[in-house]
Amino acid sequence: MTTPTSTPLPAGADDAAPPAETVRLAAVAADLQDERLIQPHGIGGTVRAFGRRVRSGDIGSLPVVIGLILIWVAFSLLNPNFLSSTNLVNLTLQCAAVGTISIGIVLVLLLGEIDLSVGSVSGLSAAILAVSFVNMGWPLPVSLSASLLAGVAVGLLYGFLYTRFGVPSFVITLAGLLGFLGLQLWVLGSTGSINIPFDSWIVQFAQQWFLPDWLSYVLVVLTALAYAAQLFVTANRRAAAGLSAVPATSIVVRSVFLLLVLGVPAWYLNQTRGVGAMFLLFLVLVVVMNFFLTRTRWGRSVYAVGGNVEAARRSGINVTRVYITVFVLCSTFAALGGILAAGRLAAANQGSGGGDTNLNAIAAAVIGGASLFGGRGSAFSALLGILVIQSISSGLTLLNLDSSIRYMITGAVLLLAVIVDSLSRRTRVSHGRA
Amino acid sequence: MTVLSTPEAPESDLVLSLRGIDKNFGAVQALTAIDLDIYSGEVVALVGDNGAGKSTLIKILAGVHPQDGGTISHDGKTVTINNPADSNNLGIATVHQDLALCDNLDVVANLYLGHELGRGTINEVEMEKRSWGLLRQLSARIPSVRIPVASLSGGQRQTVAIARSLIGEPRIVILDEPTAALGVAQTAEVLNLIERLRDRGLAVVLISHNMADVQAVADRIVVLRLGRNNGEFRVADVSYEDIITAITGASDNAVTRRAQARVDSADAAAAAGAPTATALPKEERP
Repeated sequence: MTTPTSTPLPAGADDAAPPAETVRLAAVAADLQDERLIQPHGIGGTVRAFGRRVRSGDIGSLPVVIGLILIWVAFSLLNPNFLSSTNLVNLTLQCAAVGTISIGIVLVLLLGEIDLSVGSVSGLSAAILAVSFVNMGWPLPVSLSASLLAGVAVGLLYGFLYTRFGVPSFVITLAGLLGFLGLQLWVLGSTGSINIPFDSWIVQFAQQWFLPDWLSYVLVVLTALAYAAQLFVTANRRAAAGLSAVPATSIVVRSVFLLLVLGVPAWYLNQTRGVGAMFLLFLVLVVVMNFFLTRTRWGRSVYAVGGNVEAARRSGINVTRVYITVFVLCSTFAALGGILAAGRLAAANQGSGGGDTNLNAIAAAVIGGASLFGGRGSAFSALLGILVIQSISSGLTLLNLDSSIRYMITGAVLLLAVIVDSLSRRTRVSHGRA
Repeated sequence: MTVLSTPEAPESDLVLSLRGIDKNFGAVQALTAIDLDIYSGEVVALVGDNGAGKSTLIKILAGVHPQDGGTISHDGKTVTINNPADSNNLGIATVHQDLALCDNLDVVANLYLGHELGRGTINEVEMEKRSWGLLRQLSARIPSVRIPVASLSGGQRQTVAIARSLIGEPRIVILDEPTAALGVAQTAEVLNLIERLRDRGLAVVLISHNMADVQAVADRIVVLRLGRNNGEFRVADVSYEDIITAITGASDNAVTRRAQARVDSADAAAAAGAPTATALPKEERP
C-alpha cells in the first residue's frame, strides 16, 4: 500500500489539475462532490466497494444467502431427492405458514422487542377458525375474519400493556404464550381436534391451488418489469434533481438478474405441481410489508423507534402508535399464519401452533438478518430465514433423521445466526457504522 | 460585537412568554416561578451553573415533560405543551445536547425524521436534494447523506442536528450546548449559523457554558440559579464579571477568587522583579 504522498506527480499535473477539477465538479451530481468519497469505478470498483462494506460489518443478507447455498449443496449431496422439484414444491408450501408468522416477528424485532406468543396466537386463531366454521356453521369469510380479529385483539392488548405499563414485551408475551395456549384448548373443547372439510376453499387454497405455468411466468416478467420501471423512474427523478443516478446498464443488469432469480425457480417448480397459491400469498405479503417499511412514514418511524426511541419521540413521532401498530400487525400475521397452517393440515387441534412453530418463526427472522438489537432488518429477512429453517427441516426429514436431531441442528443454526448478528454489530461499532 | 436590535423594536415580536413556571421531580423543586420572554429576531442566552434548571426549562418548551405550574403564552394566547408534537406545532425546534439522532438511519432520514416529504410514500429524491441544499447553506462538510449517522464525527452530528431543527421552518430554535463538543472552526461556523438564524427573523434560545460564545452572539442573557431567575442582562451593558456574579450568586466566588489569585501571583512576580507578559486590568475587583 503506497501513501498518496509517496507517488510523485507527473510534471505539469499541478498546473493542469485545478481547472480540470473545477470542470469535473460542475458536472458531478450534488451528492458526489465531496472529495473524500471513495467512488467505485467499473465492475472491479463495485466489487471492491461491496467487499469494503462487508468488512465493516454492513453485511446485509449475505451470510444467509451463502448459508442457504451451503445447506442446499450439502443436502443434495447427501440425498439427491432434496433438490427435486417435488420436494422444493413441498418446501415452499411448508414455508408459507411459519414464514407469514415470521414477518410479524421481523416487525417487533425492528423495534427491539420480541413476541414469544406467536405460536399460541396462531394456534388460537386456527381453533377459532375450526370451531366457528365447522362446529358452529359460520360462513367461511366470517370465521376467517373472526380469527384475524382475535389476532388484532391480542396485539392491541400487548400494545396497551407495553405502552401503558412499560412491562417488557418479553414478559407480556411469555404470559401470552401460556394464556392463549389455554384459550386455544378451551375454544377447542373436549374433542381436542377438529377437521376442516377438504372441499372448503381455505383447505383447497392451502393444499391444491397452484398457479398455471403461464400465469407464474407472466407474474415473473411483470415483477421484473415493474422493478426495472421503478428503478428507471427513480434514476430519472434523481438525475432531474441533480443527484447521482443508477446508469441504465446497471438497471438492465439488475432487472435481468431478478428475472432469473424469479424465473428459474418458477420454471423448476413448474416441472411438477408449480407455484402454490399460499406461497405466492406469502411472497406478496413480504413485498407489501417491505414497501410499507421502506417507503412510508410509518415504516420510517418503525426503524427510528428501533434505532433510538428517544430521538423518535422528540422528532414528533407518535411512539405509542408505532408500538401498538407493530404489536397488532405481529399478532395478526401470527393469526394469519395459524389459518394457513390449519388450511394446510385441514384441521385444528391441540398441537396447532405448538411444538417448534414459535421458535421457528423467531429463528427465521433472526437468521434472515433481523437484528435482535432493533432498527436493522427487512421484510425479506422472513423469506430468507424461513427458507433456511425449512430447508434444514426438509433435508433432515429426507435423511430419516429423528426430530431430536432436527431440533438440535436448528438450535445450532439459530445460535450461529445470533453470533453472526452480534459479531457484525461489534464490527459496525468499531467501524463507526453502528 | 453584533449590532443589537432591541426587543421593543417593531420587527421583534414577543413570540413566546413564560410566566411563573414551576417544575418538580419528586422532592426536588427544579424550577420555581421562572419567567422568560422570547422575541423573534433575537438571540437570548440562557446561562447558569450545572443544576440551575436550564435543561429542565427547555425540556418543558420541547414537550419532553410538561410544567407543574405557570403559564406559557404563544403570540399572546395561552398554550399547553404536552408532547414534542405540540412543541413542533408551535414552531419550536429543539436541538438537545445529546443530539437525539437515530444512528441506524442515514443523514437524510434523520434530517426529515417525523417530517418526511411526499404524499403517501416518502419522496426520497426531493428530501435528498433539499438536504444537500440545506447542508450547503450551513457550509456543512458531510461527505455523503446516504451513510448512517453513526459513521459521522461529533461535529458533523451536531451539524446534522442543527440542520434538522430548521427543516420544519420553525419560529423558535432552542440550542442546548451547541458548541460543547466542537473544534474552533466548527464553533465559529455554528456561531455564524446562529447569527444567520437571527437575521432570518427566528428567535434563538442558546444554552451555553461558554461565556465567550454567549457574548459573541447573544443579544440578551437570562441567568438561572438554583431553579430561579437570577438576573437578565443586555449583552451590550454587562461585563463578564457581572454575569459570573449572577450565575454563582455571589461576587466572591470560585471564578473571581481564581482571577484574584492569578492577579496576586502576577503582583508577587512583579514585586520580585520578574518581567510580566501582560498587565491585568481588573486588579481592583474583589
